[in-house]
Amino acid sequence: MTETDRVKVKRRELTDTFLEGKNMSKVYGMGRKANRAVDNVNFKFRRGEIVSIVGESGSGKTTLAKMILGLTSITEGQLEVHGQPRAFGTTAEKREYWKNIQAIFQDPFSTYNVFSKIDKVLLNCIELRGQKNLPYAQKVEIMTEACSFVNLRFAELTNKYPFELSGGQMQRLMIARIYILKPKLLIADEPTSMVDACSRATILDMLLKLRDEEDMTIVFITHDIGLAYYVSDTIYIMKSGQFVEQGTSDEVILNPKSDYTKRLLSDVPSIYEPWDLSSDDVEEDEFAAASGGDS
Amino acid sequence: MKHRLRTTFQNTNFLVGFSILIILLLLTFVAPLFMQGSPLDMVGTLFNKPGNYVNRMGVIDAPKYPMSIEVDSIRLGAAVSNEEAAQMLEWFEKSELDIEWKMLNPAKDHAEIVELFLANYDDSIRLPGTSAYRKGFTRLYLKVQNLLSADGYVVQVEDSSSDSGYREVTKIQSRDFTNVKDVPARRFFLLGTDNFGRDVFHELVSAIGNSLMVGLIAGSIATTIGLLIGLTSGYVGGWVDNLLTFVTNMFTVIPSFVILILLSYSISSSSRSIVVVAFVIGLTAWPWTARSVRSQTLTLKNRDHVNISRLSGFGTVRIIVTDILPYVLSYVVMAYILQISSAILAEAQLSMLGLGPSTTTHATLGLMLSWSMQFQAPLSGAWWAFIPVVLSIALISFSMNLMNTGLDQVFNPTLR
Ligand SMILES: Nc1ncnc2c1ncn2[C@@H]1O[C@H](COP(=O)(O)OP(=O)(O)OP(=O)(O)O)[C@@H](O)[C@H]1O
Ligand SMILES: [Mg+2]
Repeated sequence: MTETDRVKVKRRELTDTFLEGKNMSKVYGMGRKANRAVDNVNFKFRRGEIVSIVGESGSGKTTLAKMILGLTSITEGQLEVHGQPRAFGTTAEKREYWKNIQAIFQDPFSTYNVFSKIDKVLLNCIELRGQKNLPYAQKVEIMTEACSFVNLRFAELTNKYPFELSGGQMQRLMIARIYILKPKLLIADEPTSMVDACSRATILDMLLKLRDEEDMTIVFITHDIGLAYYVSDTIYIMKSGQFVEQGTSDEVILNPKSDYTKRLLSDVPSIYEPWDLSSDDVEEDEFAAASGGDS
Repeated sequence: MKHRLRTTFQNTNFLVGFSILIILLLLTFVAPLFMQGSPLDMVGTLFNKPGNYVNRMGVIDAPKYPMSIEVDSIRLGAAVSNEEAAQMLEWFEKSELDIEWKMLNPAKDHAEIVELFLANYDDSIRLPGTSAYRKGFTRLYLKVQNLLSADGYVVQVEDSSSDSGYREVTKIQSRDFTNVKDVPARRFFLLGTDNFGRDVFHELVSAIGNSLMVGLIAGSIATTIGLLIGLTSGYVGGWVDNLLTFVTNMFTVIPSFVILILLSYSISSSSRSIVVVAFVIGLTAWPWTARSVRSQTLTLKNRDHVNISRLSGFGTVRIIVTDILPYVLSYVVMAYILQISSAILAEAQLSMLGLGPSTTTHATLGLMLSWSMQFQAPLSGAWWAFIPVVLSIALISFSMNLMNTGLDQVFNPTLR
């Protein structure tokens, strides 16, 4: 089990519940055509936790994410932030909510407005932070720092359009955006499924780094149960809009109770295989230091 | 964006269409500079043929140059009509003289026919038929005889001091010529005159300009309304969408031309100016722009870049303007061009029904067509009063459609 332990750096008691969903459902359509995309789910996300939501295509993962993000309405049930029903009525409340809860989406190529220059994305989140009137030089400083966090050079990005970047670079820039915003909760909806294996490792590493440095809660949505086991503290298994199993990653993966989980696991031949993190962009030193401190 | 613009202007279809349009526009701006008066001045009489008109008194006043050019047969040829030529041929036939006349065409060979007739006509040959019928030939003979024998005209002015009451000004010999350039008063009607004696070319140039203006105003209104409604109903959704879609569908179900006719009819004809008609057309033409913008917005709003903007706390208007509008813009430009050309057609249709702009100070392509139909230009053979108008309408539509095809090829490259 040393491989997984190596990753779960700074593991600590996770007690501080940040976000709690109670009996949440999402129904699309009406009458006979009604489709319960998310069906009566309950969950608790704690500070600094990495939660994986695993399920196959169409199981309702993205729908749940959008409900949490406030991008789509919640049909039934409620969402509590720090034990209080979330305040999500006025524009100001929404802005406040989005300062704390952010997302990275699956397809980097559709995440960008192809008509705007990419530095606009970063400028926009500086604006969301309420620093719209900051002198430009200071904004550049913030952006440069964020870019270097994701191993991009800000100077090379200015005046470029999205199509001039690779998928991996785009996705890293999305992480830079998160780095600037420093939300308390980040929902990463299959952030690595559209990029090559090399960028995938880099991106995962950066997400972990965000959790470690900023104490961010990360909700990692994936259909890859092996990947979920590798990164997460807690795993929720989702099927047809419901959570069929939930628990710490060890519980769920090593002692699966539901047949569905067992089936998912049987499809993954080698979840214990160490993940290949040997890409150029990964800072090995930091990893060594982190794992050393943990064991 | 810049790249798109460049490929657009490299597209042959677009370029040809655009050039035609620019040429037409230039024509409407430049041609009036070389023309006198207003386009609707009634200068001529009913359906004057295209041509260069010179003032007859001016010809008399202008210096004369005697020339040795054979003119008699030309003059005679021009002096008789096709019917008269046919009458002469008839005489040849009935008289049963030995004349080679069968080859002659009464519509073309006037000069030869008159020559033959003058040489062979004999009053003493009695043709069968009534005396009135026979007298017809005598009269014809005298007419051409007079023409030929006239060695010249004497031009006189009234003068009380003279015995006869007239004073001779000049004599005009049959072989006298005048340089047209020496006649100061002349007018060139490239396309003749219309039923009110107005210069069709001048009128046409200003009508093209006015019709393009109708198209531009109506197209802008229709596109703006369609865009606003489509974006709002597509992006905002919910009951706003239901309401707007209901209104849009209503306008689509009722043929817009019917609404157009009713609207135009309800506006008193005195207040139907060009701009008002353009507004009415624009107000009925927006539904299909609205529908397609809405459906595009519906798919666009689920794109993640819109989600990211929402997560960045942007308001609805800002998202629509920065994240949706640029994506639908290429489509909207295409729709705009089609709206312009269909508005020009709609104006023509309305005018043909007598519901177009009622104005005596401006012409539009539709009004010109309508006038020429009312005064039966096609029956009078006055092709110049309507064919150039029809061609202009066709040319404008054609150029707009070409531009549209070009844009389509640039923005939807899969169609190529
Ligand atoms: N806007 C929508 N309107 C109607 N039905 C929807 C909508 N969005 C999603 N659904 C339905 O909800 C169900 C869950 O979709 P969802 O996108 O959440 O699945 P997912 O788990 O994210 O799948 P994937 O792994 O393919 O991304 C699907 O059956 C889908 O058809
Ligand atoms: Mg999904």
